[in-house]
Parts: sequence; C-alpha cells; structure tokens
Amino acid sequence: MNIIVCIKQVPDTETKVKVGPDGKTIDPAGVNYILNPYDEFAVEEGLRIKEKHGGEVTVVSLGPDRVTSAIRTALAMGADKGVHIKLDDTYLDSHAVASVLADTLKELPYDIILMGKQAVDDDNLQVGPRVATLLGIPCVTVVTKLEIGDGKLVAEREVEGGTEVIEASLPAVVTAQKGLNEPRYASVKGIMMAKKKPIEEKTVDAPETQLEIVKMDYPPERQAGKFIGKGVDDVPELVRRLHEEAKVI
Amino acid sequence: MAFRGVDFLEFDSLLSEEERLIRDTVREFVEKEVVPIIAEYYQKGQFPMHLVPMMAELGLFGANLQGYGAAGVNNVAYGLMMQELERGDSAVRSFASVQGSLVMYPIYAFGNDEQKKKYLPELAAGRLIGCYGLTEPDAGSDPGSMRTYAVKDGSYYRLNGSKMWITNGSISDIAIVWAKLDGTVHGFIVEKDFPGFETREIKNKLSLRASVTSELIFEDCRVPEENRLPATSGLKSALMCLTQARYGIAWGAIGAAMDCYEEARNYVAERIQFGKPVASFQITQQKLALMLTEITKMQFYTLQLGRLKDQGKAKYYHISMAKRNNVYWALEIARMAREMLGASGIVDEYHAMRHAANLESVKTYEGTHEIHTLIVGEHITGIPAYGGEN
Repeated sequence: MNIIVCIKQVPDTETKVKVGPDGKTIDPAGVNYILNPYDEFAVEEGLRIKEKHGGEVTVVSLGPDRVTSAIRTALAMGADKGVHIKLDDTYLDSHAVASVLADTLKELPYDIILMGKQAVDDDNLQVGPRVATLLGIPCVTVVTKLEIGDGKLVAEREVEGGTEVIEASLPAVVTAQKGLNEPRYASVKGIMMAKKKPIEEKTVDAPETQLEIVKMDYPPERQAGKFIGKGVDDVPELVRRLHEEAKVI
Repeated sequence: MAFRGVDFLEFDSLLSEEERLIRDTVREFVEKEVVPIIAEYYQKGQFPMHLVPMMAELGLFGANLQGYGAAGVNNVAYGLMMQELERGDSAVRSFASVQGSLVMYPIYAFGNDEQKKKYLPELAAGRLIGCYGLTEPDAGSDPGSMRTYAVKDGSYYRLNGSKMWITNGSISDIAIVWAKLDGTVHGFIVEKDFPGFETREIKNKLSLRASVTSELIFEDCRVPEENRLPATSGLKSALMCLTQARYGIAWGAIGAAMDCYEEARNYVAERIQFGKPVASFQITQQKLALMLTEITKMQFYTLQLGRLKDQGKAKYYHISMAKRNNVYWALEIARMAREMLGASGIVDEYHAMRHAANLESVKTYEGTHEIHTLIVGEHITGIPAYGGEN
C-alpha cells in the first residue's frame, strides 16, 4: 500500500492568538506550532494501515521552513518519508492548498490519501474533498472507523443520531475525525530515527487564491453581568428580562 | 491550561530540533499520563507501575547510553527528558534516574559483555526494574564507612549487610549492590531471587510518596561469581554512577520549579482580593520575578553543563554545583508557590506543595546539599572539608 498523509502545521490550540499589525494576519511572535490534531489521527491511521497491510507512509505538507518540524513529528511517529512543498507564509485559500497538494500527489503513487477532517486554525473542512475532486477519486469525510479490503475501503462516519457505513473503491481520500484512533507518542528512538529519514523539498509557483482575508477581529468582550436584585420579589423582573431582553426563555 | 514550559530568554533557540521534539514528546506524555493520576498515587503511597511499559516504549530508560536497546540521545536531550518527568513528579523522574543512571549505567560502564547483553536490553525495555544499593543505615554522606561486605566462597560471594533508603528496592528485579571485598568496594548484580536477599518497604513517608523506598537486607546472600561487576575501581566507581544521576536531578529540579512557577503565576492572575488580582501586589510580583530569574539561570547553567558533558568536559564539581543550586532553588520556588496559592495550596489539586515535599528528599539524596557545597568548596580551595581525618 502506498499511503499518503497530508498534514498541516497549525498554531498550538493553547496559544493566545494575536492579530498582526496589518489586521489581516496572525502575529507569529510567540506562537508555538504543532501538528494539526486531526492530522495526527490521520498519521496514526496511516501507520496502522501500514502495520496491517504493509507498504509505505509518506507525509506531505506545504508551507514555510518551520513546517519541517511537523513533518519530523510524523516521521518520528513512524512515517517513512516526507515531502515538503515550500511556500511562503502567506494566506492560501482551500482551493489553492488543494491544487498544490493535488499537483504533487499526481506525481506520487498512492492507494489511499489520509488527512484530518479540518485544520484547527482556519476550520474550512474543504481540502480533503477538493483534493479528491481534483484527482477524480472518491472522498469519505469525518471518518471514525476505517477498514481496508481488497481494492476498497469500508468507513464509518458519525451522522446525527447514528452511524453511516460507506464503501468506496481505492484509491480514495479519507478525512479523519476524533475517535478514529488514539495517536501514539513519537518515541525517543523514533525521533532519533526521524532525523535520518528523507524529506524531499519541492518548490512550486505560488498558487492562485480566490479568496482574500479583509479583516481579522477579536470576539467582542464579554459584558459585565446585570444585578437584578435579591430574593423572591425580584424573580418576576428576572423572568421578564430573560424573556424580553435576553430572549432565552 | 496545558504546561508550555518557561522560556524567558529564548532558551529554545539553543536546542536542536531533535532536542525540542524529544522534550515536547515527554512533556505530552507527562501531561496526559502523569499529571492526571499522580496526586492519587501520591496519596495512596504507591508508584504508578502502569507507566513503566509506556516509559520504556518512549525510550526513557538509559536514554543517553548507546546500543543495547537504549535510545542513544545526547545529554541535553536526556536532561530535558528528566526535566519533563520531574515536572510531573519527582517520583517518576527518580524511577527513570535510578533505572538509567544507577542501574543501566554501572552495568554499561563496569560490566562485561555477558552482563551487558543479559541485563541492559531488558532494563531498557522496562521488563526488568533495578535499584541501587549504596547508602546504609549508618553510612550516608560517608559511603566509605559502609559495613556491607562480601566474602569469596567457591564460585560464589556471600554478601552480608543492609542498604537503606533505596528507591525502587521492593519492586526491583535486580539490585546493584556495593560491598567491601577484602577492604575494597566492589559492585554486584544481585537478583531478587538470590537466597539470603530480602527487601522491606519503608512506609509512612511524607515526601516522594509516589515512589517506592526500601531497605535491602543481605544475610549470607549467595551471589554467583559472574555477577560481580569486573571493571569497578573502588568507591570511585560507585560515585561515578551518582555523578550521572545527579546530572539528571539538576535538570529534574528545573521541571519541578517550572511547574510551580506556572501554577502560581496562573493562580495569582485569577485570584481577586481587595478588588484586584493578587498578581497586582508588589510582594507577589517580587516572588514571580525571583522565580523566573532563578529558573532562567538554572536553565542556562544546566544547558551548558549538558553541552560540556557531551564533549566529555563536565567535571563532577560542575555537576555538584548544578545539583546543589537547582534543587535548592526548586525547593524555594515550590515553597513560594505554595504561599502564593494561599489555602488552596495545601490541597492535592495543586502541585506546588507536593513538589515542595518531594524536593525535601531530593535536596538530601544523591549527595546532600551540604556535601555538594563541600565538593565545590574543595574545588575552590583545594582543601577537603568533609570531616574525618583529613
């Protein structure tokens, strides 16, 4: 099996994000970057498929130089090799990202392409389906269980109130949901070995972006609470305000 | 909020990508597997044994040794591992220190090929647990006065005596035991099933409660000739092991200190008294400034120590200074953090008081604060001041 895992490096979810001086980008100062948590499920699933069916796991990521540390993390978990598509740290919409990935993937042998269902930084949930469309292969999203059979896959997806079981032919794109597996820790030995694993660098032209970020803003600050009163006599006023002003009852 | 370490002066910029990855991996392990359960084990007075296979899988045992299933990392990466483990609890770091520096290291440094092949891979994989018997009831800072002795008896040695305050003693499969043979200190690998070897757990501790501490008792214990470590040269060899362990402790103390600083800093930012955050008071800020200053100093001293160790230039007195300074300040910081947490600081939901109680032991074990002072003092003056006849 040729298993490809597309990963993204994202700001740590614990990072307090600051908007940069241009009002359109995140200020990178003090930001700790990590492997997108949903992509971690995808890497783990790729390793499990390899352990069961044999083959090779290749991780693919695009972005500036810092992205190599996310690739190394995946290699330390057990992936075999990496491909780093070098691009400046500028905004790319989902279409642009998917086009760059698809162009690279076309040159690689693949039986299954895994990635997280979304990146936790921009939350677009689009790259998986778009890559599949560009490659002309099936796509199963938000998968919580995956079995690989002879030339096909069986995947379970969580849907409102139950589970949906999907069958698709390989090759296919599968996007990982939380619950698909419990990602392993990169062992120290794995980290030592990762250093020796190859990361192929690719240079591409900056892709065309259809969307533009006009502004980034903080959520409104929480208003101070209102004190209505104390005791039973003030309950009707509280109820009235909850009904008429807050409109929650 | 998840622990992110302390980095005031771009410490991370002096680490390789690999060193950072290793630290972050152990950090994540501690955050997920140690922090949520450690207070419970501390209260129960038990070591969380289920962590051992996980720690082995991660490659934490004897990680700075080469071959025999060891991870083979440099001393800085090893130190960062110890830092993160102790950030969880000194008991977890102590377990790894003993297994790696005090059991695997002496076999690695003073053992023969058969001993290395027999024990090291099993110890690295956590399938065997080891302990280190040097201290005795009447021989602490002065290990040369040990009474445990060995007598040659055909193809065996007969060991008599007892060892005290031995981390992991009662849960160990093997013990590295130091005993006098014809007046010279030698090291022996004693397996738990050897006749005449018993262990007794020391209960009712008020410190390192999540660690097992024991007494080892030898009564005509029969140790086969092939279990003597052939390449030791007296007490010096036993002290060389301690130098390895002390290096790890110096890093471990930084982890405990960082955890206390972070905890106190977060608490005082949220806690409102007199209508303002406690963080806005001068006394609080003075404490925070002191904590951050000392942590930052520790980090850079200890990093340089690790770099020197990788170049083979770290001396025992460099390591003594680090152990002495870092544990002293970690304990001061833990106490300060407990004060800043107010009454909340006395419950096990918060870490500072547990760290402080642990560090009381850490300040004493592996060379007391006072002995390390004298080691540095001897280096400065050329005059040993350990007492006795010198």
